[in-house]
Amino acid sequence: MSEPLLKVEGLKVHFPVRGGWLGGQTGTVKAVDGFDIEIGRGETVALVGESGCGKSTAGNAILGLVEASGGRIVFEGQDLLSLDRSERARLRRDMQVIFQDPVSALNPKLTIEHSVGEPLIIQGVERKTRKARVAELLRIVGLNPEQARRYPNELSGGQRQRVVIARSLATSPKLIVCDEAVSALDVSIRSQILNLLMRLQTEFGFSYLFISHDLSVVRHIADRVVVMYLGTIAEDGPADAVFDRPVHPYTEALLSAIPLPDPKAQRAREPMVLQGDLPSPIDPPKGCPFVTRCPISEVRCKDVRPVLAPTGEGTRAACFVRNPAARPKDVPA
Amino acid sequence: MAEVEDRRPVLSVRDLVTEIGGRAVVDRVSLDVMPGEVVALVGESGSGKSLTALSIMGLLPGAARATGGEVLLDGEDLLGKSERQMRAIRGERLSMIFQEPVASLNPLVPVGDQVAESLIVHGHASRGDASRQAVEMLAHVGIPQPDQRARQLPAELSGGMCQRVMIASALISNPRLLIADEPTTALDVTIQAQILRLMKALRQERDTAILIITHDMGVVADIADRVCVMYGGRIVETAPVFELFERPSHPYTKLLLQTIPRMTGARKEELKAIEGTVPDVSQWPSGCRFRTRCPLAREDCAEMPPLIPVTEGHRSACWHMDELERIG
Repeated sequence: MSEPLLKVEGLKVHFPVRGGWLGGQTGTVKAVDGFDIEIGRGETVALVGESGCGKSTAGNAILGLVEASGGRIVFEGQDLLSLDRSERARLRRDMQVIFQDPVSALNPKLTIEHSVGEPLIIQGVERKTRKARVAELLRIVGLNPEQARRYPNELSGGQRQRVVIARSLATSPKLIVCDEAVSALDVSIRSQILNLLMRLQTEFGFSYLFISHDLSVVRHIADRVVVMYLGTIAEDGPADAVFDRPVHPYTEALLSAIPLPDPKAQRAREPMVLQGDLPSPIDPPKGCPFVTRCPISEVRCKDVRPVLAPTGEGTRAACFVRNPAARPKDVPA
Repeated sequence: MAEVEDRRPVLSVRDLVTEIGGRAVVDRVSLDVMPGEVVALVGESGSGKSLTALSIMGLLPGAARATGGEVLLDGEDLLGKSERQMRAIRGERLSMIFQEPVASLNPLVPVGDQVAESLIVHGHASRGDASRQAVEMLAHVGIPQPDQRARQLPAELSGGMCQRVMIASALISNPRLLIADEPTTALDVTIQAQILRLMKALRQERDTAILIITHDMGVVADIADRVCVMYGGRIVETAPVFELFERPSHPYTKLLLQTIPRMTGARKEELKAIEGTVPDVSQWPSGCRFRTRCPLAREDCAEMPPLIPVTEGHRSACWHMDELERIG
């Protein structure tokens, strides 16, 4: 296999918790605590999990929007964390991001033309070329180039998200991070935007890191899926395997919790309803992070943290009840 | 559910019109909810589903007014009631839970007191008695260590816990009707599954009628007995839940069901999409509001179609429903 576009190893993002009398550090939130991912060229890798699992923080660390506390982020063969600021910034030009809310992503006082052309202004592209490029970008995302002179409030939510997509394409990126990019859209608009994202990828060959809590959307768009829980990876692998033959009980619970839009199928299911809430990332369980909610946990799960290891299904899962290979080497069976 | 037929509806909305700035954003909406029945009001943003719910509750925002029709709760019209009369009805016979449980609770009041409040306000219990009942209710909606939790503030509880508190305070007075406006939209899926299970158990035990407002067809398929689909301020189709999913009879419903990515079937393929955008109320066309996006639209759609019977209990507002197979 050729060199992946992005390779992240052992990524950690820890935030200090301050408090107490003198505002000193009283603890650490391990928002991301050991995270590996590889994204090939033209590939879509999805990051799924519930709120607080660290999926957006992992995405933000890759984008350089939060500081990584450890690990390696190798993009185009270079470790971003070992480069100086300007080098890092130059490489990160090939990364773009699309957030959930197209309203706050666009400056209400700027025309669509200005917003879409902004990355080009920064690159010093001359006005006439820029204008032509913006018109082209608007056409590519299915907008009328005449809308270039409009303001965001004159557009619908779906149109605004198209503008955001057009802007992210302006610098011809190699990786686009979509952080809940379709979550705020109405159902009828969401499928339009998903179709657009898939079409653009076929056309331009860039990669997506697709962060989403919506598993039916992820199932549709992703080549590979990474399931996160409490800052670590519970399971990852090809989308087919993860969705059809989940190994980790958390993946199974997550899939089982999505109500199917088919009353017969939905009511025939015996859903696996998890008890309780996510534990606090300030004080995560010592052993398996999922142990407090896991329906199949054993005594050893409380003390020993499983490692992410290959399963017989072509995936990797961090659960030693289901996957014996997940037992750390220094722990006897 | 067999004996439902003989009973009278808890809620009966008749030709409700709600206007904002002279425009009918809810346009002659009619629906019934029977005791113990879950009716889902489904639609996209701007369809009028939330304004319908707020009209029923008498909680419309400043610019909006319910100007026509009736909202009958056990046969009694609520639209003519004063704000004071409505306050007596809300929280007692009629309760509502909202999308943002954390924002809907008072951040400065312990959750136990918030659950007990409606019993005290409506004079059903002394303070001590109400507190005891509140703790029981918190236990009933699945809050562990309820007597300890009752003394905590909303900020000390998770989102899922806060939604349980909302449900507890909505149900403590044993209302006839619970209106749930996107009750699980802000929650994670594993928490959503817990809340949906709780709502199903409660309606079974207490025979509470539930009107749930949602955009999520999965939630509808899980919990609803009957569905009303709204588009452009009107109900365009209504049917029992199995019938609606098996035989959608309005082009909008049919397309909506087709646009949802499924957990089975092809991946990576182009999804069916509905052309155009949900029009703003100022741009609603005359006649059928969906005709500007509808693949079956013709000239006669400029005349507003009424809800036409399809089968027993199933009606659709489309002149061309016999051509639905053309949508594929």
